[in-house]
Amino acid sequence: MELTFYIAAAVAILSTIMVITRFNLIHALLYLVVSFMAVAVVFFTLGAPFMAALEVIIYAGAIVVLIIFVIMMLNLTQEDVQREKEWLRPSVWVGPAILSAVLLAELVYVFMAGDTVQAGAVVAVDAKVVGLALFGPYVLGVQLSGILLMAGIVGAYHLGRQKKKVIHRFLQERSAAS
Amino acid sequence: MNTSYMEAALLLAGILFMLGLISVLIRRNIIFMLISVEIMLNAAGLAFIVAGTRWVQPDGQIMFIFILTMAAAEVSVGLALILQIYHQLKTLNSDAANFMKG
Repeated sequence: MELTFYIAAAVAILSTIMVITRFNLIHALLYLVVSFMAVAVVFFTLGAPFMAALEVIIYAGAIVVLIIFVIMMLNLTQEDVQREKEWLRPSVWVGPAILSAVLLAELVYVFMAGDTVQAGAVVAVDAKVVGLALFGPYVLGVQLSGILLMAGIVGAYHLGRQKKKVIHRFLQERSAAS
Repeated sequence: MNTSYMEAALLLAGILFMLGLISVLIRRNIIFMLISVEIMLNAAGLAFIVAGTRWVQPDGQIMFIFILTMAAAEVSVGLALILQIYHQLKTLNSDAANFMKG
């Protein structure tokens, strides 16, 4: 199980690095799916099988498919990839990358130097316990996330609406008459 | 297993979060910035799962479900905004959308 975890972690880090260095959006999204699946394996080894399933279904399934639909609607071409390459000059990415790497090194140092707490073996927290807690003490949160999703749907519809370019002749006559 | 296992998982979460942060700082394509935010949210969820495993409690996983819900709502609204920006400005460059002066 431990070896599985380390392999999946390595795959996750490598594929995420590939995501953030690609110029072509579709290539980046393919690596993003691989990254999410590797994180799902990590969840499984950490004793959260239900969350591993949700990660694959919602992140790798629903969200990535949503992004792919939008990319198809944007109708990007090869010259957009070239423009993307122009936008990502070294002068743009060196500064933030170095500063973030310093932060990451600090994080690694804190983990390595900090006093270690004793943890027992990995015990799986299965879906039944999660469901009981979700609809027990956290039922208000479930309601609120339902409201959030509804607001997301309404907001996405309202923002994504385009001004109508072709008006049906029946509507044209009516607007001319009024 | 042992403590190094949990620490490695937390480190993985930190590294993934940092990669997403780097990407959201250096990219100018708004779709890539949205993807990077997804990576960062995923890493934060991983940290919650590790905490839930450490104390063998379901609360960490419930927090991950809420993060998942929030990410889904956020990405749908964000993609609608990207579509509108692309139709208005005919570009995906986030610098082009600076006329709001916000």
